[in-house]
Amino acid sequence: MDALIEIDNLSKHFGELVAVDNVTFSVARGEVVGFLGPNGAGKSTTMKMVTGFLTPSAGKISVCGHSVADNPLAAKTAIGYLPEGAPAYPEMTPLGFLRFIADVRGMGASLREERIREVVSKVHLEGVLHQPIDTLSKGFKRRVGLAQAILHDPKVLILDEPTDGLDPNQKHEVRSLIQEMASDKAILLSTHILEEVDAVCTRAMIINKGRVVQDGTPAELQSRSKLHNAVTIRMAADKAASARNDLQTLNGVAGIQELTGSADQNGSVSFQVLASNGQSIINQVGVRMREKQWDVEEMHVEKARLDDVFRSLTSSDVSETTVSGGVS
Amino acid sequence: MKGTLSIFKREFGSYFATPVAYVFILVFLMLAGFFTFQLGSFWDRSEADLRPFFNFLPWLYLFLIPAISMRLWAEERKSGTIELLMTLPITMNQAVLGKFFAAWAFASLCLALTFPLWITVSYLGDPDHGVILASYVGGILMGGGFLAIGSCISAITKNQVIAFVISVVVCLMFILFGVSPVLGMFSSWAPEVVVDTLASFSFLTHFESITKGVVDARDILFFGSLIAFFMFANALILDHKKAV
Repeated sequence: MDALIEIDNLSKHFGELVAVDNVTFSVARGEVVGFLGPNGAGKSTTMKMVTGFLTPSAGKISVCGHSVADNPLAAKTAIGYLPEGAPAYPEMTPLGFLRFIADVRGMGASLREERIREVVSKVHLEGVLHQPIDTLSKGFKRRVGLAQAILHDPKVLILDEPTDGLDPNQKHEVRSLIQEMASDKAILLSTHILEEVDAVCTRAMIINKGRVVQDGTPAELQSRSKLHNAVTIRMAADKAASARNDLQTLNGVAGIQELTGSADQNGSVSFQVLASNGQSIINQVGVRMREKQWDVEEMHVEKARLDDVFRSLTSSDVSETTVSGGVS
Repeated sequence: MKGTLSIFKREFGSYFATPVAYVFILVFLMLAGFFTFQLGSFWDRSEADLRPFFNFLPWLYLFLIPAISMRLWAEERKSGTIELLMTLPITMNQAVLGKFFAAWAFASLCLALTFPLWITVSYLGDPDHGVILASYVGGILMGGGFLAIGSCISAITKNQVIAFVISVVVCLMFILFGVSPVLGMFSSWAPEVVVDTLASFSFLTHFESITKGVVDARDILFFGSLIAFFMFANALILDHKKAV
């Protein structure tokens, strides 16, 4: 794999505050890396350093082999960047704005118009090309920012919350766009929306208090949830106790978790059969159920939620023990 | 060079994308007329020159130039577009110069639009056109000096009001060094060399010598090096802010 973004022991201090703490990772061509973390975790700060807007306190960054510190112009040429909030000059029209960006990026007039036509149709800006950016809705502004970032077909795309403020349809469009472009680019995007990681990312990195606490495929992340592949069963309360004891002994079952407050006036309760190591246990559970002929009202497999993993990795009480420094 | 030009074109165009430029030009011309004809007693002097106008120009610039320069960097920082600008493949100097030259071109355009004054005196009498031309050149140079100071100060803050107020105060200092009561304050106790140095930093001293019709290399050098110094400081401040 050829790594287009390489980050080596990167740190950033703002006075006493350590915003980014010794982070090391790389992003290869074809990868879409989702940068996750609570507000203030250091996602944007890291991106700002990669794009050359902030100078790191320590560490090295190289983009397409160019050191951001020593050869910023070459690095910036290779990067397309959507800053947080998609800033753009409010008095300009999207067309004027894109022409300015093309001009700064050294495109000739014919290439410029061709590229503008292409990205405008990609992000659907046709209807608002001549309207001041000031007057556009949040969704359009975001798309103008996105158009600006992909205008020069960069090898490296850095997108800070690309779908923030978009409606579900627009989110879907932006995600398809990112997937379309992914094959020949290295893409680093930050997001709060965990479903987005599932939808577009080939790799997810969770960052907390300036450190990478988890780095892996979305599936790997999910498997860290203790609810992964758990089976939730709802049945009559009087039968439930014996069923729970029985299921406890099954191979691959890590334990049973009662769901408090799940009892209703019909006398049914729910409980969850937890899988050890996130393996699939629905088959064993189903077989046992038929053998014993329990009357089950409802039964389904829990899809591990990234939220749980995210919370367990980033909520303050556990983070100290899970933090293991940089990930290579 | 290419980068500077791109920034220049965008910046200069943006003045005219909103009513700001037109309002500014209107106010500038109205005040210029008021100072020249009312306060400067243009008619009573019965002399065909533009001295009344150019005498007041530094004071007009004192408030109007910071109004142009205050937004140069403060607005970029406030709206977040500075992040966009600084991550484009241009150098810091190109960005600083591009924005400065655009503001300077705009200020010079405003000054050039006072040409009816020149036409008026030509119609009424027989002015020394060389002196007037030199005065305009001096006005452009002085405007550049004020703008460079203002641009540098605008880079410090994201609040345009603060940028405006500080710029006015600093520009005022650069004017007052040439006013005799202020120099008198120093001459009573400070050595002559200090007083002379202070006076040599005054915009008034240099501007007035140009408006006499003598475009001296030293005056051009003064404004040129002052602009260069504040441009350099401007880039330095922006660089420093990246590292904080």
